[in-house]
Amino acid sequence: MKWFRTLPNNLWAFARDYKLAAVGGALVLLFVGVAALAPQLAPYDPDTVSLRESLARPSPRHWLGQDNQGRDLLSRIIFGARMSLYISVSSIGMGALFGVALGMLAAYYRRLDMAIMRLMDVVLAFPGIIVALTTIAILGRSITNVIIAIGIYHIPQFARLAHGLTLTIKETVFVEGARASGESDAAILTRYILPNCLAPIIVQTSLLIPGAIMTAATLSFLGLGVPPPTAEWGSMLQNSLQWAQLAPHVMIVPGLALMLAVFGFNVLGDGLRDAMDPRLKKR
Amino acid sequence: MEPLLEVRELRTHFFSRAGVVRAVDGISFRLDRGEILGLVGESGCGKSVSSLSLMRLVDRPGRIVSGEIVFEGRNLLALSKEEMRRLRGNRLAMIFQEPMSSMNPVFTTGSQIAEAILVHERVSRGEARERTIRLMRLVGIPDPERRFRQFPHQFSGGMLQRMMVAMALACNPSVLIADEPVTALDVTIQAQILDLIKELRDRTGASILLITHDMGVVAETCDRVAVMYLGKIVEMGPLASIFETPKHPYTVGLFASIPRLEETVEWLQPIPGTVPSPLNLPTGCRFFSRCPHAMPRCAETEPPTVETAAGHQVACFLYESGGPA
Repeated sequence: MKWFRTLPNNLWAFARDYKLAAVGGALVLLFVGVAALAPQLAPYDPDTVSLRESLARPSPRHWLGQDNQGRDLLSRIIFGARMSLYISVSSIGMGALFGVALGMLAAYYRRLDMAIMRLMDVVLAFPGIIVALTTIAILGRSITNVIIAIGIYHIPQFARLAHGLTLTIKETVFVEGARASGESDAAILTRYILPNCLAPIIVQTSLLIPGAIMTAATLSFLGLGVPPPTAEWGSMLQNSLQWAQLAPHVMIVPGLALMLAVFGFNVLGDGLRDAMDPRLKKR
Repeated sequence: MEPLLEVRELRTHFFSRAGVVRAVDGISFRLDRGEILGLVGESGCGKSVSSLSLMRLVDRPGRIVSGEIVFEGRNLLALSKEEMRRLRGNRLAMIFQEPMSSMNPVFTTGSQIAEAILVHERVSRGEARERTIRLMRLVGIPDPERRFRQFPHQFSGGMLQRMMVAMALACNPSVLIADEPVTALDVTIQAQILDLIKELRDRTGASILLITHDMGVVAETCDRVAVMYLGKIVEMGPLASIFETPKHPYTVGLFASIPRLEETVEWLQPIPGTVPSPLNLPTGCRFFSRCPHAMPRCAETEPPTVETAAGHQVACFLYESGGPA
């Protein structure tokens, strides 16, 4: 477990060389921590209605104020973080799982190449939100379907990446050597090709998560995402629109949360990409 | 004696957009038990394609068009893919040119040799590990227990080529194909690896097909030599016979173009002309356009293979009736 001992040093070196990425990393950690500990951190139940306190401004009892139904905004943001993380990670995970498998198969078995990759191109030709809207329209409105809708759009992005990587790796001498030592195709795909294309795939994952958070919020904003009353940043923004002039904090709070989370993932992803690309190495 | 491996009229062609490349075009040879046969020729003459054809590892757009590869009494070209896969690495093993890129960079070297055993034999992980360490000791790797746990990038080229030899020997193959095994190494390490290969032949009785472009490597290692030119074997025979009395004008030209310590010459003698495009091979003898002894009929018909001395064959009209005119 050598890497485990050198991890603190490596993290420190990374933070020193990529300061903005380190800020992003802190935001992501905060976001993930809040999401994981939501029930412990939230001061109130996110769904408890208190109409007498409708649109109350921030106060010592409710740090970020209350929405039009008097629900505690801080608690709703905290549970919204959990929802955003759940949706984005599951959908990107689904996209990565199917995309990498399809891309590797297409590149390894040239017969499948045309069929799989052209299908991916078709999906890629549409804007993500259109694909997601269509999928929701077909499957109906639920959290699982939001994950599927966003996941489907990300399959081609992972497929393309894995396809390119597999094409390179399968021509290497060690893959030829593996074939010469009698390894089966399945073993070559899982033991030789997959581990060698993992690093760029991990970076790709971190770069796509903020997009998935945004898409999930957009779907909810359009009323096709997570059904109410579940706390979700997009639907909170949508709900806040009517009261924007009367109580701007109801809009600013979820907007800011969304912005910070997306910003954090983006700069962390950029930093990781640069750190893993030797040509862009700073030192 | 029945040869261990016999190749008859093997043809491997590549079907490219520009036309058909006849990379290997009707080669025949045999490999006896415990013998080291050298396959020599310049770049692009079809040496590597021949070796990949023996393992049936030729990829599209290449295809083995015809011929027979009889190994231990079975024609390899008639086997199913699965039967062939079970032979690879087990009865027929291969070593490649670049040791530094021949191993999977993400796993330890030892585990990869153990994996080569586990692919073919039902043994426990512990036993595969034991055998790997014994193999590593056999190929002269110091401190094998520690080396087992190291990754390919922690090895030098020579050590890694020893590991590749160990991996090739993992399942006691009866034929070892070594495709330019020492080309990427420096001369002292070359000698060590060649000695190792010879020693292992003596100890395990495996037959070795050594592919190289280096006549020095051949002289050092092989029992018999086959010289390839543009997809054909132009001359084949025992090492001494080929080196002392080369017959084919191409082989003669090859020797004339190698510097020698014992002779002082002003200029080396190159073979005139360039290798014809493999897309557009001449009819008749393929060496015709560069041959100093070319005759009109060389351009029209392919020369027959004649035996000039015991086991020494040459494909040239000059020797059709016993010797050069």
